[in-house]
Amino acid sequence: MVDYFKELIGGTISLATGLWITFKYMWQPVITLQYPRQSVKMTRRHRSHIELARDSETGEVKCIVCGMCQRACPSNCITVIGEKSEGAKKKVLTKYILNYNTCSLCGMCVENCKPEAITFSDEYNMAGYRKEDFIMDLKKRFDEKNPKSAAATHNVAGGLKEDITRTSSN
Amino acid sequence: MRQLIESQSDETFILNLGPQHPSTHGVLRVKLQLDGEYIVEAEPVLGYCHRMHEKMGENRTFAQFMPNCGRMDYLSALAYNHGYVCAVEKAAGIEVPERAEWLRVITVELNRISSHLLWFGAYLLDLGGFTPLLYAFDDRERLLDILDTVTGSRLTYCYFRFGGVYNDIDENFVPAVREFVARMRTRLPMYHKLVTKNIILMKRLEGIGPVSAEMVRKYGATGPVARGSGVSYDVRKNEPYSVYPEVDFDVPVYSEGDSMARYKVRMDEIEQSLRIIEQGLNRLPEGPVMAPKAPKILKPPKGDFYQAVEAARGSFGVRLVSDGTNTPYRLKLRSPSYSNLSLFGEAAQGMLIADAIALLGSLDLVIPEIDR
Repeated sequence: MVDYFKELIGGTISLATGLWITFKYMWQPVITLQYPRQSVKMTRRHRSHIELARDSETGEVKCIVCGMCQRACPSNCITVIGEKSEGAKKKVLTKYILNYNTCSLCGMCVENCKPEAITFSDEYNMAGYRKEDFIMDLKKRFDEKNPKSAAATHNVAGGLKEDITRTSSN
Repeated sequence: MRQLIESQSDETFILNLGPQHPSTHGVLRVKLQLDGEYIVEAEPVLGYCHRMHEKMGENRTFAQFMPNCGRMDYLSALAYNHGYVCAVEKAAGIEVPERAEWLRVITVELNRISSHLLWFGAYLLDLGGFTPLLYAFDDRERLLDILDTVTGSRLTYCYFRFGGVYNDIDENFVPAVREFVARMRTRLPMYHKLVTKNIILMKRLEGIGPVSAEMVRKYGATGPVARGSGVSYDVRKNEPYSVYPEVDFDVPVYSEGDSMARYKVRMDEIEQSLRIIEQGLNRLPEGPVMAPKAPKILKPPKGDFYQAVEAARGSFGVRLVSDGTNTPYRLKLRSPSYSNLSLFGEAAQGMLIADAIALLGSLDLVIPEIDR
């Protein structure tokens, strides 16, 4: 009988304590974010899909078409296509195809890139209706972002079949 | 199935517990044979989330398997990373700089706290309490932000490399972690007041789902499940690796063996992890985070190597058989939840369904890790 009342009182106190804590919480500042209207800023090291880095001197891509990223990728989602024009010493990047459908965002490509030609973008709103939207040509994307360099390389890239669509911009 | 049904008496019936949608937590199916509301037999059915991680390991280079570690146990990805990296380093004989070892320990312990916090929230949600989930996720969110600034991802971390870590911490990391530790110290008593001493929780967990020390040994259960049954086994203490021998921490052990004991073990482990992190921050040496002579193309010598680490759910083991090439010949991964789940069938006999849920939750299962 004594135990019964002890439990009754103890239980009531424990419930009241819990309610008091939740009551106090009610007056604390809101920590949630109204996501579609507000968005989170990604941290500096955030790994989103990759992007070609711009050489600050020449304004061109840093990529030297060595294909290390292609070999390092665990899910085989990178295809690097380069062309060697007559008279030129080095290969020039014509297409850099990232199949984002199979990419697991591990960053092995960035780590294995000697000239540091690939960086991570901070885009995270990646959603679409067709998987073809996620087969991106990063070179084309780079050219659109840096229109100055586009004129120089367009005649090289022009010959290739335009079967790859770029991701729809968010 | 038909034979099974025919062989039973008329009084029992079969109920399928799960599987839920793959994106909910857990695609576990348990076939329950019920007599009224009492369980006569419980049989877990596995394999809904099988992705052949072990076979994948045989088909790619050592470094390429690294992202897979985080996909097995997505809640304590860094511990899995640690186990795999340690096994390969053992095989290839790579020395890791001290700073990298301490960084590994600090981040793994942060990850352990985040895993336990998620368990704490989700378990109480299973038991019908919604509020603690939100409080736990508040703390966990801060933790994920800290880990995001270091590792670059929020959940499936891949931070360790053979011979060190991916990149060094920035100047904000240490103050941020110190702030978190201080905050967590004030939050834990609140959790105990709100949840542990709550009469409803006590009634639902005390004496429910007893697991004896004998059963733990029989099924090879590890982690908080073993420690809640009085078996003091922690890989960090019993088979020390990394810099754990230099760290001063206790292994919480409760001998009751019920769901409450497992709950208390995890809550105490958060406290111990905070202690480890504090010591790590105080002793973090300067220096490189990557071994200077870590080879780019790894070809460990022929041999058979094993390394176990303490993940949030128990002992995670990697057995690596190398034939001298750049891919493993065999990669066997021992995941803790598989063993922890296997005792469910015996432990659940004669229980009410609602109590079986309390038991199942207290085992802290991550299904993708069981199926691999």
